[in-house]
Amino acid sequence: MVSVLTEWTCGGHVGFILDRKRFTTRAPWRILHCRSPDLLFTRVSTPALSRGSLSSHTMFFLPPSDFLKTELYEMSWNLRDGLRDSLVAAAPYGGPIALLREPHRRSPSSRPQLEIYSASGVDIASFPWKSGPVVQLGWTVSDELLCIQEDGSVLIYDLFGSFKRHFTMGQEVVQTQVLEAKVFHSPYGTGVAIVTGSSRFTLATNIDDLKLRRLPEVPGLQGKPSCWVVLTQDRQTKVLLSNGPELYILDNTSCTAVCPPGFSPQVGNIVQMAVSFSYKYLALFTDTGHLWTGSSHLQDKLSEVDTKKTPTPKHMVWCRRPKSQQPSVVLMWDRLLLVAGVCGDTIQFPLEDPCVLVGELDGVRIISSTNQELLQEVPLVCQDMFKIASMAPGALLLEAHREYEKSSQKADEYLREIKEQSMLGEAVRQCVEAAGHEYDPSTQKSLLRAASFGKCFLTDFSPDQFVTTCRELRVLNGVRENGVGLPLTHTQFKQMTLQVLIDRLVYRQFYPLAIEMCRYLKIPDYQGVSRVLKHWASCKVQQKDLSDDAIARVVCVKVGDSPGVSYSHIAAKAYECGRTELAIKLLDSEARSGEQVPLLLKMKRSQLALSKAVESGDTDLVYTVVSYLKNEMNRGDFFMTLRNQPVALSLYRQFCKLQEQETLKDLYNQDDDHQELANYYVTASYREKRLDSRLSLLQSAIDEYNKAKNEFSAKMTEDEMRLLRFQRKLDDEKGAGLLGLSLQATMEALLSLGLHKQTEQLYRDFRVPDKRYWWLKLMSLAEKEEWEELEKFSKSKKSPIGYLAFVDVCMKSNNKYEAKKYVSKVTPEQKVKAHLAVSDLEGAADAAIERKNDAEMGAILSRCSASDRLLIDRLNRARAAAAKK
Amino acid sequence: MAAHLSYGRVNLNILREAARKELREFLDKCAGSKAIVWDEYLTGPFGLIAQYSLLKEHEVEKMFTLKSGRLPSADVKNIIFFVRPRLELMDIIAENVCSEDKQHSPRDFHILFVPRRSMLCEQRLKEQGVLGSFINIDEYILDLIPYDGDLLSMEYESAFRECYLENDQTSLYHTAKGLMTLQALYGTIPQIYGKGECARHVANMMLRMKREFAGSQNQILPVFDTLLLLDRNVDLLTPVATQLTYEGLIDEIYGINNGYVKLPPEKFAQKKQGEASKDLPTEPKKLQLNSAEELYAEIRDKNFNAVGAALSKKAKIISAAFEERHNAKTVGEIKQFVSQLPHMQAARSSLANHTSVAELIKDITTSEAFFDNLTVEQEFMTGVDTDKVNTYIEDSIAQKDPLIKILRLVCMQSVCNNGLKQKVFDYYKREILQTYGYEHILTLNNLEKSGLLKPQTSSRNNYPTIRKTLKLWMEDANEQNPNDISYVYSGYAPLSIRLTQVLARPGWRSIEEVLKMLPGPHFEERQQLPAGLHKKRQQGENRTTLVFFLGGVTYAEIAALRFLSQMEDSGMEYIIATTKLINGTTWIKSLMDRPESQTP
Repeated sequence: MVSVLTEWTCGGHVGFILDRKRFTTRAPWRILHCRSPDLLFTRVSTPALSRGSLSSHTMFFLPPSDFLKTELYEMSWNLRDGLRDSLVAAAPYGGPIALLREPHRRSPSSRPQLEIYSASGVDIASFPWKSGPVVQLGWTVSDELLCIQEDGSVLIYDLFGSFKRHFTMGQEVVQTQVLEAKVFHSPYGTGVAIVTGSSRFTLATNIDDLKLRRLPEVPGLQGKPSCWVVLTQDRQTKVLLSNGPELYILDNTSCTAVCPPGFSPQVGNIVQMAVSFSYKYLALFTDTGHLWTGSSHLQDKLSEVDTKKTPTPKHMVWCRRPKSQQPSVVLMWDRLLLVAGVCGDTIQFPLEDPCVLVGELDGVRIISSTNQELLQEVPLVCQDMFKIASMAPGALLLEAHREYEKSSQKADEYLREIKEQSMLGEAVRQCVEAAGHEYDPSTQKSLLRAASFGKCFLTDFSPDQFVTTCRELRVLNGVRENGVGLPLTHTQFKQMTLQVLIDRLVYRQFYPLAIEMCRYLKIPDYQGVSRVLKHWASCKVQQKDLSDDAIARVVCVKVGDSPGVSYSHIAAKAYECGRTELAIKLLDSEARSGEQVPLLLKMKRSQLALSKAVESGDTDLVYTVVSYLKNEMNRGDFFMTLRNQPVALSLYRQFCKLQEQETLKDLYNQDDDHQELANYYVTASYREKRLDSRLSLLQSAIDEYNKAKNEFSAKMTEDEMRLLRFQRKLDDEKGAGLLGLSLQATMEALLSLGLHKQTEQLYRDFRVPDKRYWWLKLMSLAEKEEWEELEKFSKSKKSPIGYLAFVDVCMKSNNKYEAKKYVSKVTPEQKVKAHLAVSDLEGAADAAIERKNDAEMGAILSRCSASDRLLIDRLNRARAAAAKK
Repeated sequence: MAAHLSYGRVNLNILREAARKELREFLDKCAGSKAIVWDEYLTGPFGLIAQYSLLKEHEVEKMFTLKSGRLPSADVKNIIFFVRPRLELMDIIAENVCSEDKQHSPRDFHILFVPRRSMLCEQRLKEQGVLGSFINIDEYILDLIPYDGDLLSMEYESAFRECYLENDQTSLYHTAKGLMTLQALYGTIPQIYGKGECARHVANMMLRMKREFAGSQNQILPVFDTLLLLDRNVDLLTPVATQLTYEGLIDEIYGINNGYVKLPPEKFAQKKQGEASKDLPTEPKKLQLNSAEELYAEIRDKNFNAVGAALSKKAKIISAAFEERHNAKTVGEIKQFVSQLPHMQAARSSLANHTSVAELIKDITTSEAFFDNLTVEQEFMTGVDTDKVNTYIEDSIAQKDPLIKILRLVCMQSVCNNGLKQKVFDYYKREILQTYGYEHILTLNNLEKSGLLKPQTSSRNNYPTIRKTLKLWMEDANEQNPNDISYVYSGYAPLSIRLTQVLARPGWRSIEEVLKMLPGPHFEERQQLPAGLHKKRQQGENRTTLVFFLGGVTYAEIAALRFLSQMEDSGMEYIIATTKLINGTTWIKSLMDRPESQTP
């Protein structure tokens, strides 16, 4: 904020005049690298603050208001035949101008030329018109050109003359032909209204959401009405038309004859009419030269003026501004411009040249073949400022500052005068506000300087308005410049909003200016610079004269990793233009791999799509591409593709495991993954009900295990097959119910059935370790409480599992008697444990003391109860003795 | 309601509230009365976010479990399926929708995918011809669920299996997404450390996602200073060891699910005089376990051997507090006493509960089987005879002890020996197959693939080096008043936590050699903070590290980290996040494959 203030107050870079050449050539990027403000702004000499010095101003007084006709541009175009015999459409808010020369000449040898210019007359596009005869040109709210043809078709072109699309106003129109058409704007967008050769009206309220409405017939109307307008009222679009002396309102359902209040039939037939920018006011002109003005609801009359001109004016436009003091109507004939105020006064200007009038929110633009003027009611605050001998505080402050610059003491007198009335704040505000309305940078500067001067004498004065105005003016001066050609007033700018202005600049491809503006106004990147870059890049990829590489490079350099710019979006644009290779190059820069995938699939770059999906880490995305590939490719290629993408392959395997077991097998086969293939067969074998098919699957598993050099698994599988056969045999012979049991469980079952021989056989055939076999027999015998057998078994040879196990197992069967038999056979290390197991504390103590083992003695002690006094003492003594040593 | 989430250094309630808000918004999208059809797996995790009351407030009138066939009748306007994006569930949903009575007043269908919608699933619904029947198809991004004041879990059970067995990195994508959500709420984490392939992958995804959202710069002052990503396969040893903290043992023995444990009811029977224990409750006793319970917060992370003392101390304090009533003389004093009464009564019942739980656990920990098992574990951890067939394992197999117990021990031996000698390896496998059945060949194969059980490839066993460098075995672990994390396993200091500890001080550079021995790369990344968000640290202010265990974490490890947070001179506080809370049993179970036998 401070820096802006000083810039203005030091009188440094005032104004905002851009170096023309840089911006008219569409090589947008050069300027971005010029950071110095000096390159963007040229110095303006200190202005002489006098209206008279600017010859292009015409001030006039139409009671009670001042009007000002300012020259906006000397038109850059060079029109040989002026605006004669041309269809002209100029969009409001300083929009572009479209010109179609001699639209009615139909000889194919000389096609009419369609030309598009900026508001300042800079050539944007030009091409011969090859389609049918055009009735009307018009601009949409998004700066697209509508060309309404006689046959009812509407062709839409962009600002640069590229055809975008077309629609038709109804099939029947081809026969009846369009007599007249109008393009209108409403809160719903841009609409088109036509009247056909059969005197019927058709409306489309929003061309982007086309719904044609054929309006009811107008009684007695032959051919086209004498004049008509489209009104948008109460969320309804209507047509107001006159047919001789009658005035009708035509809406969706009915046609109503109306009579404006205070409109006497004697004044003649209505031949021209105009609605104000806001659709609030209506002006009617009769063939007797009377001008009636009133509200468009036809409920109030504002005035009636006799212009004393009977010819029908070529154009009639409202000239007013929000909070207007003196709404007025501008009428134009071939050589005359007439401004009629509601108070009955009129002012006339001669015209040298045919002109076009463009109604604006706060005035009228008058475009001739040589120059363009803005006719405005001077805002109240400016009137106060510049009225001769004005005593408004702002005017005094301006005077004070002027004296101050002359180092005159009068400065103090003026200031004193303002301060005595405590109006200094108001004075500053007036200066700032007036500056906003001024079109001339030097006047703006003087006013702002005066404001800044006045501010010095104020405490607690918010600088916000001042700073904002400074910034906005700088922006406005920039876009008003001839090369850009957006002659926006401050009021229009406020209405339009900054966002829209940036969009318009972007649409006109003034990228560097837009970016500078975003940066200057410190708009967050998301809404500002990034948005501009996105548009720039989308436009850049369409440049046919550059190679893919060059474009990709320049886009990546400029866009870099600006937040919110989606490379996939730009790439999609490139793809739309048929530049697949460029699209792929651009996609490489897309940070969000996921975003790249859909476009790549669309472009049939499925391999790349797959690797991008893998890169993104989003497995669902990988699955999506995989399932896409599966449908697109033949199986062999599909598998090969997967093979190069291990992540995708494993995901697909997962999918198959759940959904397509058969495919899983093929996958393993293809990869020669014998181990997994074997596992697959093992799994599959369990799904088989019949033993022989189960065995054959297991055999396949063995083969694969062997191929995988997994001898162990192959051997185990062989064993399993052997076991299964054995089980089946015994099941058949003895009904033992063994099939599917583990080897151990089988032996257990056999033992409990008393089939000792078969158990032995398994023990030998499967090389069961002695230890486990002993455990098995031990537990089995104990369970069956065959204690004698057990004792015999224990003596059959030296137990590989020792004898503590015998003690434990007997105790588990609650047979202390049997358990005790084995205590003596236990190894010395386990003696204590064995004694404790049979609750023989004395025995345990003997063993522990003998072994002088402290931990064991401790363990025994923890089992002792108070009644074991003697034992405890003995153990404690032994521990103490052991500890001594 | 979930106040305990906001007690910690990092207010995890923000995360829960964000999740609740999103849930409410979705429910309100479906105007009118609703019934929810649940993917059963989701009910547990959802319970931590929203109780039934919240759902009820938003007109949820009925709840069903997703199963094939017809939907139960319910007079509601909306049927909402809450499901994980799984194809098999889509088939069930399609069946449900198709069998809906067309004549009956039509009900609106909606799907809420948790944690993410999936094109694959939508495609499946389309193939089944029901996609058009759904008014809303939405996703409920529930990656990290706040479990406790310092604990987040994704409850993604199959994460380890998917990552290490199946090369399916879906869980890692969710992890990265979850961490992004976390950073959106708690600020960008400036430092990222990691060890392991998965950690690397997650970090890469996070960095890329950050670039993708480069525009929306996070303006939140970072709460976390460091993120440490650890692959579970960096430390395969810790989970197979038996946890010896109170909470760890509860989980080992009874299993904690979504913060609840079910216990045998006998010990909790209300013992009233005159009423003999004639009708013992048969329903298991369900206890909620989190730091909202003061006593539990105090004892959960203690070594079980120290729990008894803590409980009796607490008992004394409580009875002393009740004795106070005799001293309350004035009306004011009595009033004050009464006002404290609810709190004291809650404390007393909490004490009673935990005394019972501790008794239950003590019965097991004092058993010889438990002792023998632990002895073998500790032998392995200290490197005793890890290269031979272990008699205890042999005997256990012969006595048909539970297979998972055997697998835990064998895996532990393999890890502690950097792989088993081929002969030993084959012997164990054969023993297991012959005893427990041939079908376990698939499970053994899985364990081999994940590195838990493997033959020795190089003659060099580097486990002893790792053990010595990282001081994984502490002879003099103090269980009562611990001074080192090794107390959580009564001697063994979890490797994962040692890595965390060393990272904080003196830094990983001091253990480069060991890091190289562990699988996967180790790395460090920095994330740029927007200017102005650099923390100005107060003197003595602790740093906060988020430790993310990819593939699961045990309660004992959490206890060890909490211990480190509490150590006065550590200067570091830890928040723990994981794909799943695991213990050796659930972990091994997730790696098992059991073909369904069709044999008649």
